This record gives sequence, structure tokens and C-alpha cells, in this order.
Amino acid sequence: MRKRPVWLWIAAAAGYAFLYVPLVIVVVYSFNDSRLNAEWVGFTLDWYHKLFQNEEMLAAAGNSLVIALVASLASTLLGTMAGVAMYRYKLRLLPILVLTPIAIPEILMGVSLLIFFVLLNFTLGLVSVAIAHIAFCIGFVAIVVRSRLAGMDESLTEAARDLGATPWNAFRYVTLPLIMPGVIAGALMAFTLSIDDFVITFFTAGAGTVTLPLQIYSMIKIAVTPEVNAVSTLLMLLTLALIIIASRLSPNLFSAEEE
Amino acid sequence: MGAAVDKSSAPAVRSAPNAKLGKWLVVGPPLVYLLLFFAIPTLIMVLASFRTPGEFGGLAPLFDEAGKLDLNLESYTRFFTESVYAEVFLKSFWYALLTTLLCLALAYPLAALIAKSPKRHRNLLLLLVILPFWSNFLIRIYAWMIILGPQAVVARTVNALLATLGREPVSLLFSSFAVLICLVYVHLPFMVLPLYANLEKHDPTLLDAAQDLGADAWQRFWRITFPLSLPGVYAGAALVFIPAFGIFAIPDILGGPDDSLIGNVIKQQFLETRDWPFGSVLSIVLTVVALALAGFAAWVGRRSLGNPSSAKGADA
Repeated sequence: MRKRPVWLWIAAAAGYAFLYVPLVIVVVYSFNDSRLNAEWVGFTLDWYHKLFQNEEMLAAAGNSLVIALVASLASTLLGTMAGVAMYRYKLRLLPILVLTPIAIPEILMGVSLLIFFVLLNFTLGLVSVAIAHIAFCIGFVAIVVRSRLAGMDESLTEAARDLGATPWNAFRYVTLPLIMPGVIAGALMAFTLSIDDFVITFFTAGAGTVTLPLQIYSMIKIAVTPEVNAVSTLLMLLTLALIIIASRLSPNLFSAEEE
Repeated sequence: MGAAVDKSSAPAVRSAPNAKLGKWLVVGPPLVYLLLFFAIPTLIMVLASFRTPGEFGGLAPLFDEAGKLDLNLESYTRFFTESVYAEVFLKSFWYALLTTLLCLALAYPLAALIAKSPKRHRNLLLLLVILPFWSNFLIRIYAWMIILGPQAVVARTVNALLATLGREPVSLLFSSFAVLICLVYVHLPFMVLPLYANLEKHDPTLLDAAQDLGADAWQRFWRITFPLSLPGVYAGAALVFIPAFGIFAIPDILGGPDDSLIGNVIKQQFLETRDWPFGSVLSIVLTVVALALAGFAAWVGRRSLGNPSSAKGADA
């Protein structure tokens, strides 16, 4: 291990502060007894009370949860298949289709799906948003599952096959339990990506459907209000919980070593 | 990645048609889904860029009244003749480039500190860099609305200072400054990750050798660490540049009237002007330029490795 000079500590501490101070401010002001978000006046839970009486916000949260549940389940199923397929077979088309949505600017996927749905006369709403979310989540799940497979002893599956297990049984009783932490981590990742998505949702939701990020967007376009701080705080807690679970299940999910 | 062995040709117990069926049961569903909801929509958009805008927005029929296929280059011609769009592209390019450089300056000490930390602390320190990235994108923009707001401490301090100098007060919010600081804030983790992955693999004996030969800290950094880290720098640059180039929410919320970037123009073409062919042209040009620059960065990154034997496993 190399020695770490003082200036490096200072520069890195400034970096961490830059990352966290803005989020801490959002959380702190969610308990502030003032509309202005400018200085600390006193502690209150009013903004949380208001939040739970705001029907638009609750409806938006409901939509977000439904979409995230559907999108994470479907993309976990399809993404696990894609991860297994990309690990086991030499494929050309599938890896391109799985990885490009991650590499291209998000707005491209949003507008192309908008054109697609409108040309098909497909009503924009919860279903179109869920379809779009599944499409961009598959890649993330596939990457996590594939890296889990790469770290696993493939001879176990081969042993099961040699002992007479059908391909399905070998997968079901040997491979799947071994990659399960990766699958669950992928599912949690897909859930957070879906519940947080703004850009693609913005283009595929249509006028009548509002998700939590869209609701936040329209609120902060008008004004700063501590109700947004309150909903942000709750959303951060939810994401934090999911990420902690995911990183417990798949310890190298967030280590960059596999880049 | 592990060896991509085609298992369908492995043990003889399996009959060939069964293995083929198994392969398609795994490959088929994600392939069909992504063809249907990613590849086809993208192709439709490419086709749309050659079509005529509809009278009331959207697209005019693909076949005109005479039954002729109506495809043309008008939207492309418009893009290349009206200089205002090239200017927006150039402005977006500068914003994205500046964001990339500022991210690099902030990310380097973070990545270096994590790489030099004891192994047991590294994952936690890294997780702390990534965590803010997982909080909602809009929340992170909103945080800067609060910090830079006219009644907040920062703006009051700046304006009090300006007042003592006899200058007019400024608005920090709705400015290029707000857009840029938020762009850096949102994309910083993308730069730290590949940089760390690279720095972590550096061979410390190289630095010891340089020190023994009389190189000071400054020389050791610029002549050993930095050149070896270039693959990580270019990878991070690509990861920051692409999303920053196409952003629309940040200028939309934090920017002033002059901060409209290419993402904002695309959004406007699709949702307000409803000129889909032209919006498609802009989206395609954006993607092509972004991917070309990223590909270029990856290519330079690989070349910059130089003599691989001197950089033990420094390739990220």
C-alpha cells in the first residue's frame, strides 16, 4: 500500500463533500418549518403530512411502483436469459442488442419509442412506459448475471449433466441457485432504475400518466417546495435500502474490477 | 469474460436438436423483445428522418396521394444549411467537454485515494462515490436549485460581495454556471469508476524505482502515474461525455434562455413543434457524434498504452 499525502486526503474529502452536501441539504430542509428552503427555522414533519394528503403525488407514487414491479420482474426474467445466453453461446446479434441501449444517449431511446407507439396507435400510458423500462433494464440485469456466471465453477453444471440431469434440471437445480444472488441483485437494480427513470418515461408516458419523477419535474419547474424535499428523502431511503440489499447479495456488483 | 464455450456441442449424451431447442429457448425471448422494442423503433426513427413532417405534426403518410414513396433529404438539408442547429451542437459539445474536464479534475484525487487505501476499505469508499448516483436524477438537480436559489446562503454571500465592489447582483440559478456545476455533479461517478479500476492495477514498484532514481512527486505523477492511467481517463471521458452531450433536463430546469442544448431542441421538436423528421435527424446526429467521439476515445486509450510490458496490467 502506498502512502497517502495530506493534500490527497483534502482533495478527496472535498470530492466526497461535493457529492453529499447537496443531498444532505435536501434531506435536512424536508424537516424545516419554512416554505423557502433557504435557512433553518425549526423542526417539523408538516411536509410529510402534506405529502401523504397530496393525491396527485400518491397516484404518481402508485404508478411508479406498479411500473417498477412489472419492469423489474420482466426484465429480470429476460435479462437472466440474455446473461446466460451471452455466457454460454457465441452470439453476435444479442450482445449488441443488450448492450447498445446502455451505451447510447437515453433521449434516443425515448424518442424512438415515442414514434413507434404513436405510429402503432398504441395508447401512451402505464403499459408503454413499462415496455420501455423493460427494454433498457434487460442490459443491466444481463451484465450482472453474466459476471456472476463468469465467477462460477462451470464444472458443477457439467457434473450434473454427466450424472444424467436434463439441461433444464441442471439449470434449475445447479446453475440457478448458484447465480441467484446475481439475479436478485439485477432485479433490485432494475427496480431502482425503473423507479428513478425520467428521460425515457418523459417521452413514453403521454399526457395522462404521471410517475413520481414526472410529478417531481412538474413541481420543481414551477417552484421550490419542501414537499419535494420530503418525497425526495423517502425516495432516497427506498433506493438506499435496495442498493444495500443488492450489494450484500452480489458483493462485486459495485467493484469496478470487471470493467 | 470467461470462455464462451458453445455447450451445445459438448457431451455426446445430448441429442443435437434438443440442444438447439434449448439454445433458442434462452436466446429467443430477450432477442425478440429487444428486436421489437429497441431495434425496430430505432430503425423506424431512422426511416422517419427521411420522411415529410405531417400537416398537424408527426409524420405525413409514407406514400403520397399518387401512391409514391415519400422519402427525402429535406430534414438533413435543413440541418446542414441552417447554422443555428450546428451552433447548438457546438454549444452542447463545449458544455460536455468542459463537464468531462472538470469531472476528471475532481475524480482523479478521489480515485487515487481509493486506489491507495487498504483493500478492506476500497469497496466502501467506492460505494460512497456511487451511492449519490443512485438517488433520483431529478432530486440531484433539485438540490442545486436549493443551493443556488436567490435566498440561499451562497447567492446572498456572492451578491453581498458584489455589492461591496459596487457591482450589480447576479442570479446563480438559471445560468450557465448552474447548468455546468450540476452536469459535473451528476456525472462525476462515471469518471471515478474507470479511473479507479485503472489506478488500482498500477504496479507500485514503478514509483519506488522512480523515487530511487531521484524523481520528485510531481515528476512521478506526470511521467508515470498519469500516462499509465490514460486508458482509464479515456474510458471515463466517454462515460461522462455521452450522457452530458444529450442532456435536456438540467438546462431545462437550471438553465437560462441561452442554455438550450441539443437535448432541449430535440425535446422541443418532438413535443412542441412536433416536427418528427427533423427531431429524428437531430437525435441521429447526436447519437452518431457521441458514439464516434466515444469510439475515438476508446481507440486513443488503447493506443496510449504504449509499451504494454512497462505497464503491468494497467489496461482497465
